Amino acid sequence: MNWGSTAEFFAMGGYGFYVWGSFAVTAACLIAEPLLVRTRMRQALEQVRAQAGKHETAA
Amino acid sequence: MSLYHYASPQHFYPLAGKMVPWFAWLAAISAAIGLWIGFFVAPTDAQQGEAYRIIFVHVPASWMSMFIYLVMAGYAGLGLVLNTRLSSMMAQALAPTGALFAFLSLWSGALWGRPTWGTYWVWDARLTSELVLLFLYLGYMALNAAIEDPRRADKASGLLALVGVVNVPIIYFSVQWWNTLHQGASVSLTRAPSMAAAMLAGMLAMAFAFWMYSIAVSLARVRAIILEREAHFDWARDLREVKR
Repeated sequence: MNWGSTAEFFAMGGYGFYVWGSFAVTAACLIAEPLLVRTRMRQALEQVRAQAGKHETAA
Repeated sequence: MSLYHYASPQHFYPLAGKMVPWFAWLAAISAAIGLWIGFFVAPTDAQQGEAYRIIFVHVPASWMSMFIYLVMAGYAGLGLVLNTRLSSMMAQALAPTGALFAFLSLWSGALWGRPTWGTYWVWDARLTSELVLLFLYLGYMALNAAIEDPRRADKASGLLALVGVVNVPIIYFSVQWWNTLHQGASVSLTRAPSMAAAMLAGMLAMAFAFWMYSIAVSLARVRAIILEREAHFDWARDLREVKR
């Protein structure tokens, strides 16, 4: 085990800003991207529904 | 039923949907293992102290940014040569994820450079060629967005993706070809890695996690792209998730 206490863990030997800055931004991006994809998927499904609606009025 | 069956967007769509959760779980589990090793098992570095722990995101993100580009260019090339619709859609689905990892590589690199080199940024060969990689991804995406006709967009952006492949070996070998501030490779296929076993294990687990994440998120994205481009086909209208 590397850390004597939680505070020590977060301090990262004085490099907390750099280490947590890297990990936090990475985590934020890897959480945000799937959410954006989910939104895009919902919009794509709406697009298909809109097309299907047009199809039915034409027929 | 042959492999060609799944080369059609219509048949690949449900298959991709089934694969996404598997790769997502693999990513989550290996990330948990990698983070555990990275923070609790891997020892403090003798020279860099705790700052070196940035390696557990920096190296995997950099690897993925280059690897995804090669896969993307491969799909783009396949789309150009065989004129298969799905290949170009796969290339498009990979680009945003590749761009993200290129950005994360530069971001974590800047935060690592500051405490170790004394600067966030330097115009050295490794950093500059990685920045060029980010711009290649963004250029590829912009070109796709700018051309209305998807088939023409596939051709133009596919060509750009292929030309840009030249940059990947430049990134990789930049630390040997030029005198750079960036250190050389700690892990290579030709010799034993120059780092502690626990550090290496943590890095490889994180690299595997990012790899699985990339597959999961690009398969999810290609499903949306397939629907966007095939919205006018009957098979898309007949999907259960469309009818609700």
